[in-house]
Amino acid sequence: MKTIELKMNGIEVEAEERTPLLKIAERLGIRIPTLCAHPLVEPYGVCRLCTVEVHQRNRVRMVTACNYPATNGIEVLTDTPRVRRDRRMIIEWFLARSGRLPLLQALAEEYGVTEPRFGLGDDPCILCGLCVRVCSDVVGANVLGFFNRGTTREVSTAYGETSEQCIACGACAYVCPTGCIEIQDEPALVRDALPLGPMTPIYIPTMQAVPHQPVIDHESCIHFKTGGCEVCASVCEPKAIDHKQADRVDQIDVGTILVATGFQAVDAKRVPQYGYGQYDNVFAALQIEHMVNASGPTNGQVVLKDGRTPESVGIIHCVGSRDKNTHEYCSRVCCMYSLKLAHLIHERSHAKIYNFYIDMRAPGKGYEEFYNRLLLEGVEFIRGRVAEVSDWAVTPGEKGKLLIRVEDTLAGFVRRIPVDMVVLSTGLEARSDAEAVRRLFNISCSSDGWFLERHPKLAPVDTFTDGVFIAGCAQGPKDIPDTVAQAGAAAAQAMSLIDRGAVELEAYTADIDETKCSGCQTCVPLCPFTAITFNREKKVSELNAALCKGCGTCVAACPSHAAEQHHFTDEQIFAEIEGVLVA
Amino acid sequence: MSTAVIALEDVTKTKGPGVGAAWEPRIVAFFCNWCTYTASDLAGTARLTYDPNAPVIRVMCSGRVDPQFVLRALGEGADGVLIGGCHPGDCHYQEGNYKTLRRFKLLKKVLGQLGVEDERVRLEWISASEGDRVQHAINDMTNQLRRLGPFAQRGASHA
Amino acid sequence: MPEKPKVAFYWCASCGGCEEAVVDLAEDILKVVEAVDIVLWPVALDFKKKDVEAMPDNSIAVAFINGAVRMSEQEEWVHMLRRKSQLVVAFGSCAHLGGIPGLANFTNKAEIFANSYFDVPSVDNPGRVVPLEKSGGNGETLTLPEFFDTVRALDQVIPVDYYLPGCAPPKDLIMNAVTAILTGQLPPKGTVLSPSKAACDVCPRKDSKPDKIEIAEIKRITTSIPDPEKCFLAQGYVCMGPATRSGCGERCIHGNMPCRGCFGPPDGVYDQGAKFLSAFASLLTAKTDEEIDALIDQIPDPAGTFYRFSLPTSIMQRKRTRVES
Repeated sequence: MKTIELKMNGIEVEAEERTPLLKIAERLGIRIPTLCAHPLVEPYGVCRLCTVEVHQRNRVRMVTACNYPATNGIEVLTDTPRVRRDRRMIIEWFLARSGRLPLLQALAEEYGVTEPRFGLGDDPCILCGLCVRVCSDVVGANVLGFFNRGTTREVSTAYGETSEQCIACGACAYVCPTGCIEIQDEPALVRDALPLGPMTPIYIPTMQAVPHQPVIDHESCIHFKTGGCEVCASVCEPKAIDHKQADRVDQIDVGTILVATGFQAVDAKRVPQYGYGQYDNVFAALQIEHMVNASGPTNGQVVLKDGRTPESVGIIHCVGSRDKNTHEYCSRVCCMYSLKLAHLIHERSHAKIYNFYIDMRAPGKGYEEFYNRLLLEGVEFIRGRVAEVSDWAVTPGEKGKLLIRVEDTLAGFVRRIPVDMVVLSTGLEARSDAEAVRRLFNISCSSDGWFLERHPKLAPVDTFTDGVFIAGCAQGPKDIPDTVAQAGAAAAQAMSLIDRGAVELEAYTADIDETKCSGCQTCVPLCPFTAITFNREKKVSELNAALCKGCGTCVAACPSHAAEQHHFTDEQIFAEIEGVLVA
Repeated sequence: MSTAVIALEDVTKTKGPGVGAAWEPRIVAFFCNWCTYTASDLAGTARLTYDPNAPVIRVMCSGRVDPQFVLRALGEGADGVLIGGCHPGDCHYQEGNYKTLRRFKLLKKVLGQLGVEDERVRLEWISASEGDRVQHAINDMTNQLRRLGPFAQRGASHA
Repeated sequence: MPEKPKVAFYWCASCGGCEEAVVDLAEDILKVVEAVDIVLWPVALDFKKKDVEAMPDNSIAVAFINGAVRMSEQEEWVHMLRRKSQLVVAFGSCAHLGGIPGLANFTNKAEIFANSYFDVPSVDNPGRVVPLEKSGGNGETLTLPEFFDTVRALDQVIPVDYYLPGCAPPKDLIMNAVTAILTGQLPPKGTVLSPSKAACDVCPRKDSKPDKIEIAEIKRITTSIPDPEKCFLAQGYVCMGPATRSGCGERCIHGNMPCRGCFGPPDGVYDQGAKFLSAFASLLTAKTDEEIDALIDQIPDPAGTFYRFSLPTSIMQRKRTRVES
């Protein structure tokens, strides 16, 4: 584009042709007041406050600096008496609409408007259109627009209804110069899913997130849908945001692998009689963990969905554990964490706490003592498997509560206990992708889906595949101290393997006798480890013992008896057959 | 992974035709080291009882099982052969069990032509944690062979 | 003049092809005839049983016996020839492995007789008369040899010193064997007089094998003509080459026919059919139960195909039938 020369306030300056005067002023450090301009959006020229004088040849024009294009040879004056007079008028008109706004009062004072002739209005919105423009041009959501004409002109959503297109990005509130758009914060509400879900597409997962940095949710980020927005990137001063960052696949050659992929919580919906997902105040244990955390969504307060503090809480043990319908095993950690939650809930809310248990499993240092403490704190322990949780109130006192039906096996009768909040102590289970993961690493799973250790007593962190170790809940449900111990053990094993620097090959590799091999190539496609290649010069198949894993498949297939497996030769196996059949 | 619930004593011990009361079928079992052999270890530690009719020969992979072994076992007096390998897709050596399956099916066809009853040679996919499947396979096969009777041997004479 | 070594030829259950093979030596036969003294050759010469009975033990240098043993007469003869001979050579596939007659081991005497003497539509035998071992009338007793249920290879009846494989053994193999015997340069007893490496080693189509042989479809020579240049297995035909020892000159291959396994398995293989089955099945590309079944169905008679020449000497030896007691 062409470069032109102009003068602004007497300063000679060069600029690209058609650059808006406001931009040139900014470059020169000349301040021109605006109401409807913003670096994020295209100029609109609606507030007129940026009016300046432009002299061209012998003509003088009053133009809006935000959108007037610079041309060669013009002279711009931004602060003449005429300009100031025009701005005063504009301010008076704005005061007539929104005179109470501090923003306008500041302007009035700056320009010496002491007696507004048209009164002071109450409208918080000055119709600058920044919110509309940001929503359509930058974010691409097109939620806000101008409606009606003349004095009834207003900014609104379609039909004035809550828009489903609004992604709550907050851009409109961000650009609004008067602060008349607010984003409501609702700390009393606890969200359904864990993690609590992003408020905005760019978010920090939790207060304890490591690293404590925002991430962008690909699914909901508007930039990936429309190519627009990128507000986050434009406001980030160190320019740390790059939407173009893509997944990178790196290949790293390693000699040992430690699989510590953990567990997942049993989905409480699998025990439908407890009403999770059906009743508002039935929570899974992890949600309560989140809630009681001082940096959580409620700052550590224990509250119901509607923000009230519960007066009674029922904690149901063994949800998804010790149950033929879900998992038969005991998840090991739930009794202790249930006791912990009972203690914390009691501390925060002084609610009456009931724990419904089958057995109280409190092994370990100080655990039984903690249980005793809760007994002394007045937590009521009821031994019985809860039959159901419902909201079917029978008496007026039960209205609005959740009713727990349980057989109190120690007292010997069925009880009906109304509570405000129900906490489900969900068990641990193998992750849903455990099958795929274990195939990737060529290890086995136990019957419950946990990864299989080489020996339950003597080799709990080894697997049957040399060089692959497992640790933590991936191997079976356990608490943190045990996990840490296993992690240390597995790391030590891996380290010793690395330290040794060499791997002992199995002795039972196969071997091809060149003098017997006819080169029929039957064995070549059979080896998944590509240990067998056909030597086209010698016209025989050759086996690389370093690659051979010793399965013996090639040996069984070889029609010439040229391939043999050390320690599993045909002769040895024939001898075994004879041996076991000796009468 | 769900496992079938097997009652411990659901086997009915019947005797084969024309056999002395003392006759018990003899099965030679070829188990792959990583899955089936481990599972039978597990059956042991879990104290699952099963008939003692199937001594086990360990191979590293079911893919090592040469059809000659099966024939040799039958020829040397076995009444049945049981081959145990990993489930398809789970082979410790990736694909050995697929070859086993293909060989097994063709072998069964040939064996059928040679008068070997279907129940006498059996292939089971048993993973390392399925000790109960080992128990079931051995009990079931032993039972079937009790009913079927001894395998017709070649006999000393040429008749 | 030193006595010429005595040589006997005898045939058991055979087709006569092995006799032809000897005759096929053509002018070379004259060399043989000059060098030896043939004392028995039922197809060509008029020696009788009593002539052989009269010979002292071990007086025959070498007896070439072809054919499988399936009747008592053959059994008797081979026992006798064993006594009378220093060396016994199992000549041809039938004597070596059981051969084509060996396929009768899929059945038994009762079924064979029923099929031959009264079940087939072309036979009119309402009385279901079958040949009897003893019959006669008018004071005469007629005997017929006993017909066994099971066909056996030669070494399942008598100890055998050497084997000449092939259906029939090729000319050069026979000449080599005869020369070796006559010059006393023999390998260890029990040797099969043919290279042990499988036929693929010398097959003219060996170089055409692809990097990975994968069989997705099984072809049959009855319904298609093989490509004359490419490896049969790679094309999907059942070719027993990988499981069959070499030495035959690949006559079948040159005739665009896949190998049928007549030379028997390489050393160290006990059961040619089972080993070939293992190799062949390993090369099939099917993975699921259904796919494998469908592929295997394309071989109508696997036992007969894989054990075409070797059933009696296979591990199973014959089809088993329950003996009800």
